[in-house]
Amino acid sequence: MIRLKPFLLLLGIAALVAAPIGQGNYIVYTLASWLIFSITAMGLNLTLGYAGQVSLAQAAFMGIGAYITALMTLNGIHWGLAVIVSIAASFAVGLLLGYPALRVQHHFLAFVTLAFNTLLFLVLRNEEEITGGSFGLVGMPRPSFFGITTDSNIAFYYFTLVCFVVSASAMWWILRSPWGRAFRALRENPIRAESLGLKVRRQTLLAFAIGSAFGGLAGALQAPLVQFIEPSSFALIHSLKILLMVVVGGSGFFFGPMLGAAVVILLPELLRFTEGYYLIIYSTLVIVLMVFSPTGLIGAGKKLAERFRPKHEARRDLKQGVQL
Amino acid sequence: MIRKLITTTAMVLALGAMPALAELKVGSIVELSGPGAAAGTNFRDGVKMGFEEINAQGGILKEPVKVLEYDSQTDPQVSRAMVQKGIDDGIYAIMGTVFSSSTVVNMLVARQAGIPQFTGSEAPSIVAMKNPYIFRTAFGSQKGVPKLAKYMSETMGLKKVGVAWANTEFGKGGHKAFVDAMKAANIEIVVDVPSEQAQADFSADVLKLKGSTAEAFFIYYTEEESARFLREARKQGLNKPLLGETTLIGHKVIELAGDAANGAMGHVGLTPDADIPAVKEMVERFKTKFKYTPDHNAIKGYTAAWTLKYVTEMVGKPDSKAIAEKLHGLKLTAKEHPGVLMDMSWDDTGEMSRESFVVKVENGKQVVQAVLPPN
Amino acid sequence: MAEFIQIIVSGLAAGSIYALAAVGFTLLWQASQTINFAQGEFVMLPAFFVLVGMTVFGLPLWPSVALALALSLLILGVAFKRLIVEPMLPHGTLPLVIATISLGLLMKESVKEFYGATAQPFPAIFPQTVYEIAGASVSMQDIGNLVVSMLAIGSLQLFLNRTRTGRCMQASAQNPAVAEILGVNVKRMVLYTFLINAGLATVASVLISPIYLAKFSNGETLGLVAFIAAIVGGFNQIRGALVGGLLIGVIDNLSAVYISAQYRSAMPLLLLIAIILLRPQGLLGTSEGRTV
Repeated sequence: MIRLKPFLLLLGIAALVAAPIGQGNYIVYTLASWLIFSITAMGLNLTLGYAGQVSLAQAAFMGIGAYITALMTLNGIHWGLAVIVSIAASFAVGLLLGYPALRVQHHFLAFVTLAFNTLLFLVLRNEEEITGGSFGLVGMPRPSFFGITTDSNIAFYYFTLVCFVVSASAMWWILRSPWGRAFRALRENPIRAESLGLKVRRQTLLAFAIGSAFGGLAGALQAPLVQFIEPSSFALIHSLKILLMVVVGGSGFFFGPMLGAAVVILLPELLRFTEGYYLIIYSTLVIVLMVFSPTGLIGAGKKLAERFRPKHEARRDLKQGVQL
Repeated sequence: MIRKLITTTAMVLALGAMPALAELKVGSIVELSGPGAAAGTNFRDGVKMGFEEINAQGGILKEPVKVLEYDSQTDPQVSRAMVQKGIDDGIYAIMGTVFSSSTVVNMLVARQAGIPQFTGSEAPSIVAMKNPYIFRTAFGSQKGVPKLAKYMSETMGLKKVGVAWANTEFGKGGHKAFVDAMKAANIEIVVDVPSEQAQADFSADVLKLKGSTAEAFFIYYTEEESARFLREARKQGLNKPLLGETTLIGHKVIELAGDAANGAMGHVGLTPDADIPAVKEMVERFKTKFKYTPDHNAIKGYTAAWTLKYVTEMVGKPDSKAIAEKLHGLKLTAKEHPGVLMDMSWDDTGEMSRESFVVKVENGKQVVQAVLPPN
Repeated sequence: MAEFIQIIVSGLAAGSIYALAAVGFTLLWQASQTINFAQGEFVMLPAFFVLVGMTVFGLPLWPSVALALALSLLILGVAFKRLIVEPMLPHGTLPLVIATISLGLLMKESVKEFYGATAQPFPAIFPQTVYEIAGASVSMQDIGNLVVSMLAIGSLQLFLNRTRTGRCMQASAQNPAVAEILGVNVKRMVLYTFLINAGLATVASVLISPIYLAKFSNGETLGLVAFIAAIVGGFNQIRGALVGGLLIGVIDNLSAVYISAQYRSAMPLLLLIAIILLRPQGLLGTSEGRTV
């Protein structure tokens, strides 16, 4: 089983490389959107699935990244520098926001981030001298590296894919590191973990800030992809959408966010033949999924797999979802 | 789970391999969900009815037209994807979107592909981008508001006014146009009150207007907000003239605000209440078909559909580029081209002109006060 | 002065509706640790039941309201509890949060698809009289909203504190296990809570729709504001929700007039953050023994 994994991973990456070949612009663009939302959902999954904190501001962190990147690249600064600033700023804001919120009770990070998301929207809309207000910012250039431009959709897709693979590897490494392993200990038994010397609060805070930084990176990619940003693209409703991605995919599973993002972005497309009813069907499906499999799609898949192959013992650490 | 990723990818691949059809295809890309749903649904239904009538009369160039509908979800990112999908599906013209945030994004893509786009947006910025593929279906607020400003300074003789507006990309466009027009007309703005999107409680807004020295107020909200505002204004006894655009005195507002709408005045570019037989008949057909009264967005969509037919037939083939070129500087008269309902013309930026009216609401009915020529 | 009185009166009238919706948040949280992200839609929907009664079945206003109440109790009360909350409770709050977000979307989209995307006029239940009090315009509607919601919340409080069933409900909320041992039918008590929430939502819906006009998207802002009101007041106290609702209503109006109309919706959020940092249990709340 373990041996198979690197092979499957390579196969997956090969599929991602091959996916856009010969496709129309729409498919390529949608695949790139999916990768970007996978990055931000992956970040939220660290906060949610591993550190057990609900953040309702993931879209706001994307907004921070997108606006910083847009403003810098519109002023002729290279994307490479803009993305570093974007990630750093999201990380810093995450720390500033999380530090006081995590000092108080458990589920209060959710409330503080909810307020923050709406406040950020107001600032982006009202401070139009800088942000362009409700008209938004338009025409951000797509970056070029060593003379190779990413102006075409397919080039931009590969550029996004590189960013995606890098961030997925970073996440993998974080979760494998002793520091990342501590999360599992934390999630399994917080009291025991604390008694073994784990600084629960610091650990959680860092997870939240790193998760937010992933949001910043996704935002930095979204700005040149869409080439237009406006405050309502980062409103609270989008944070809820990202939360939906993580939980529907399966929070606490490494591949959960990617699957969830695929579902949220592609399902409306698959249901399009139902015309006006697709959102009704989509929301009903999500409710049904949550009722029957609170651990999301991956959880449901695992349950099914266990039913057919009862010999394998499921890994306990992956079994449990998060509780608020 | 990797298998899942692969299956998803496979699904995506399968989606891309749709067979091409021989008929003419037009993309209707509008807001069918999200905050823009009310406006978008109207526009979509107008487009739908327009093309159904066109097909019933033999289509465009004797070919039936197939309308492909896409939901932008009032989200620019999705909207861009939908335009790209439409282009991949082989559409030769785009109808929509209504919200300018989506239109701005769609324009970038449509321009690269060289496909004409008939937008319902009225934001000034749209035609300021020198995009040769964008065409309005109703003139922008930078054109409509000065017409009204002229009426305010010359006919009404106002010196001090106040403005209340929705702080969204829609309201912002109108607000900016109004502030510029007042500066040009030498009228002082003494109070300026923005409101939130879909705001329900207008007591504070009315209070601020009431406490000012303005002689009249310019009200720029969407229909529902206008209705709520008018009711609150009536309640607090705000009895100075209230002026606005279609969205202040439209049919829907009168229905929602009831008596409170009486006395409000507005500049109307396109309205189902216009005293023009062609418009009235179109509204009746729409009501029978869709069981609701269309607003100006539905008429925009309807005229866009017919405009495309006329222009395509003038060009002689469904050539997107040639159609865009032909539209610049074109004038369509309602006499020769009944589908446009009223005379329409486009300049070389894609901005359009049309006659308009100043109307006042009296006893729940619109009464025309003045007819303003196209500018 | 007249201006100030106007702000306070309008703020209280708006706030009383937020309070009704906020009480629902508090009730569900106490009874089943449910954060109902569809609460705004719960207030949006009954107005459309009334409209269906009036336009489709041709009933007069009050029988339609009765019909709406019955449908709300059935759908927003019983069905919501049985089909969504109950099966998900053992799995913690998060899946339930996602389910209620989706439920809100489902309700919005259904109303839009089956009734219409544009706002609908809604018959007034109070006469349209306006009184001049110390220079401020106060409508019968304002007074009616305030009085009806105070009465509703007041009698709820009395019911919970003074009747046997009410106390059993409180016991079930505070410690279900012990309540069960003492012979309380916990499941039934929880059901009562959901029914009360559905009833309050119907009241709120009938009160606000003449002002807000019935529209599928009405729940979006309302739900968020009520949620903030519930946290500010204290998530585990009904009178907290009442105070929170009224306070938010007044602050919203005050800041629109005296601080900045552009940032009016920021003030309640800043208050929310301040409350969480300084008094996490809310203005009137008591700190919870358990950390969930």
